[in-house]
Amino acid sequence: MSDRVGEKYGVLGERVTLKHGAGGRAMRMLIEDKLAAGFAPLADGEIGLAAMDDGAAFRLGDGWLVVTTDSHVIHPVFFPGGDIGRLAVAGTVNDLAVMGATDVLGLTSAMVIEEGFPQSDLERIQRSMQETCQEAGVTIVTGDTKVMGKGELDGIIINTTGVGLAESIVSDSGLNPGDRIVLTGPIGEHGIALMAARRGLGLEGDLRSDVAPINDLIRTARGAADGSIVAMKDPTRGGLASALTEMAEKSGVGIVIDEASVPVTDVVRAAAEILGLDPFHIANEGKAVIGVRPNAADAVLTALRSNPQGKDAAIVGTCIDEHRGRLILDTGFGRRLVSEPEGEPLPRIC
Amino acid sequence: MTSVGTSKISGQAKELKFRDPAQARALSARLAGLCDEIGRESVQVMHVCGSHEQAIARYGLRAVLPKTLDLIMGPGCPVCVTDMPEVDEAVVLAVDGALIATYGDMVRVPGTAKSLADAASEGARVEVVYSASQAVELARSCEAEVVFFATGFETTAVATAAIVLQDDLPPNFSILSAHKYVPPAMEIVARIPETRVEGFLAAGHAATITGWGLFEDFVDRYGLPVVVAGFEPLDILAGLVRLVELIRDGQAKVENMYPRCVTREGNTVAQDQMWRVFRTASGMWRGIADIPNGNLRLREEFAHLDARARFDIDTRRLRAHVPSKLTERCICGTIMSGLALPTDCELFGKECDPENPVGACMVSSEGTCKIWHQYGGHPEL
Amino acid sequence: MCLGVPGQVVEVNGLVASVDFWGVRREVRLDIVDQPVEPGDYILNHVGFAIRKIPAEEIEETLALYEELLQAAESDMMSADVHGELEATAPEGDGHD
Repeated sequence: MSDRVGEKYGVLGERVTLKHGAGGRAMRMLIEDKLAAGFAPLADGEIGLAAMDDGAAFRLGDGWLVVTTDSHVIHPVFFPGGDIGRLAVAGTVNDLAVMGATDVLGLTSAMVIEEGFPQSDLERIQRSMQETCQEAGVTIVTGDTKVMGKGELDGIIINTTGVGLAESIVSDSGLNPGDRIVLTGPIGEHGIALMAARRGLGLEGDLRSDVAPINDLIRTARGAADGSIVAMKDPTRGGLASALTEMAEKSGVGIVIDEASVPVTDVVRAAAEILGLDPFHIANEGKAVIGVRPNAADAVLTALRSNPQGKDAAIVGTCIDEHRGRLILDTGFGRRLVSEPEGEPLPRIC
Repeated sequence: MTSVGTSKISGQAKELKFRDPAQARALSARLAGLCDEIGRESVQVMHVCGSHEQAIARYGLRAVLPKTLDLIMGPGCPVCVTDMPEVDEAVVLAVDGALIATYGDMVRVPGTAKSLADAASEGARVEVVYSASQAVELARSCEAEVVFFATGFETTAVATAAIVLQDDLPPNFSILSAHKYVPPAMEIVARIPETRVEGFLAAGHAATITGWGLFEDFVDRYGLPVVVAGFEPLDILAGLVRLVELIRDGQAKVENMYPRCVTREGNTVAQDQMWRVFRTASGMWRGIADIPNGNLRLREEFAHLDARARFDIDTRRLRAHVPSKLTERCICGTIMSGLALPTDCELFGKECDPENPVGACMVSSEGTCKIWHQYGGHPEL
Repeated sequence: MCLGVPGQVVEVNGLVASVDFWGVRREVRLDIVDQPVEPGDYILNHVGFAIRKIPAEEIEETLALYEELLQAAESDMMSADVHGELEATAPEGDGHD
């Protein structure tokens, strides 16, 4: 039998699959083992590629320069609650914000567009980016545009890079036993809305993505407890489960979450029940997980709730010295370990 | 057309009563008391339902079970027990150009050489559907041959049957049935000579279709109690309480602890449709055993809808490229029977891991092997 | 196996019902449910098919059943009376056979 047939039917060589882009362990392994290896590290104390954080941080005078980059692909391009333009701006602003850089110097925008993409859609995306920039108090300072042939990509890809300044930075690895975990709002809205829009699952209801820039919200939180916020992360792909597991692993603590205190809207809970999904595994695009020293948790919570974006914020858990690197959920019935999703969550029947 | 306006739903609020932690604590205390009364080192019971395992794991119920109650996950997940050759059939159809519509559970289940997800990553068309009727809609909306890769126990098979019995199915729609039938699998477990299983927690939703009366014959023949239970935390705990009571009293009988959904006869309308469409066939359940009459296949009269009859599905092309038959060394069946630990298996953590699972116990997200692989057993939390 | 979700029927149109699940609606087919279904009824949905109409009174009945299990725990567990009570709630006494 020829090699071609072998390739068609046979064993796969190591290939990249969608699992490697779903935000969980497979993606981290690919990046750690293959993509992030072999580059010179930054100076001591600075945050570079090896930290696998939301962005990089350089010392600049007394403060920090923070840089992050993100390529955005999403299907459908327009979805309930947002579109790829809003996502491209908010995603990068939020990555900067959770590193402490809530004041953004500027964003870049690089678009790769498929031949045949409607110009009216492009204008709509552009307007949405403008509006989102205004919300976040940022602007786009440079860009790039490429067009590729029909079928060479799916519609449009937008890469945004963000540069911001911070007096002090916050990593995703600074948790200590006793620290409290604060969540800025209800989980699962983005991923569930996308799944309902994408897969023709026939679900009707107010399922909308939460995609939004939250740098102002993070600024509010830091203002209330500067120095007491020890770790932050935005729970995007892989959901709260991946974000908290990563924080627990990097910080060397266990995290216990009290399920009853985790905000989930009725419609997300319902859609998740119907589809057999766990809201902890579902992506968010307008939320942050904040690790706070115990004595400042209430102050941070109060500050968050004073901001409309944080009105449903809640203290959801505590860091412990045992079960390091593990995420434990107290369901009210008993405790269990929470695993990270493997690949994109799919509706299940059993 | 008739209609009512509803905003807040009282019945579903009631449904939530089955999630009251205080009552759960009371039931688990009762369970502990019963196990103490029995006074043995271990009482071993088995559930045969993936959704029971999902709910037990989801709510952390293992943490509240008495140490002496050994609750084993039996061959209860139809996805996990779907054998590699069945996945291979779907993969070959997909690679050869058919659009495969299937439930999300099946997409990442490995076949001999690859899963449907792997095939999709190489360009095959694989669509996740929530319902069989969605697969029919897909066929209506495209030119391609749409094959519905149908999996699940009788609960799901009845939905497939209803679709088969519709009159106006599009000509490019067919079905590849990997449906499974639960009762024969329970027999296999009960017949294992060294089994220590003393009672079964039966799957409430499969029993919604078949009725609890189906288990009477099983109870008579094997002398083991069967309790039909639902899927909310209280349903499961109450089911276990009743099952352990029966074990304590040495009573072999069927009890229905899920009366809001299960009757003695079950859903006869659905049963009629299912048996009009399907016949049972013997076949391998992944890593467990050859289960007589454990598979559901389309009857001859529906050959025009049967992908196996319509297409020449040659899975040898897949297997020709795969070295050895690891499955022969897999001890899933023994692990599920509670007679071995994952670490007793020579494949565990080597040839068989969550990335490349060989047997059902490593496929299922709550499978014994997978949990051991991830966490080293059930750690004390 | 078999993820089943209860919902309330909002609208019936032939063999298709619109069903509310805690604020999310979805079409559910009625081909295999064995009892007539009307708006306001509760059904058990599996993969987009109603497999059972759930009579409201049987939700209460299940709750009562569990309550009895707990009462049994509080009284003498070996008491024959208790077992008598439980027998009464066993399938034979369900009234829907």
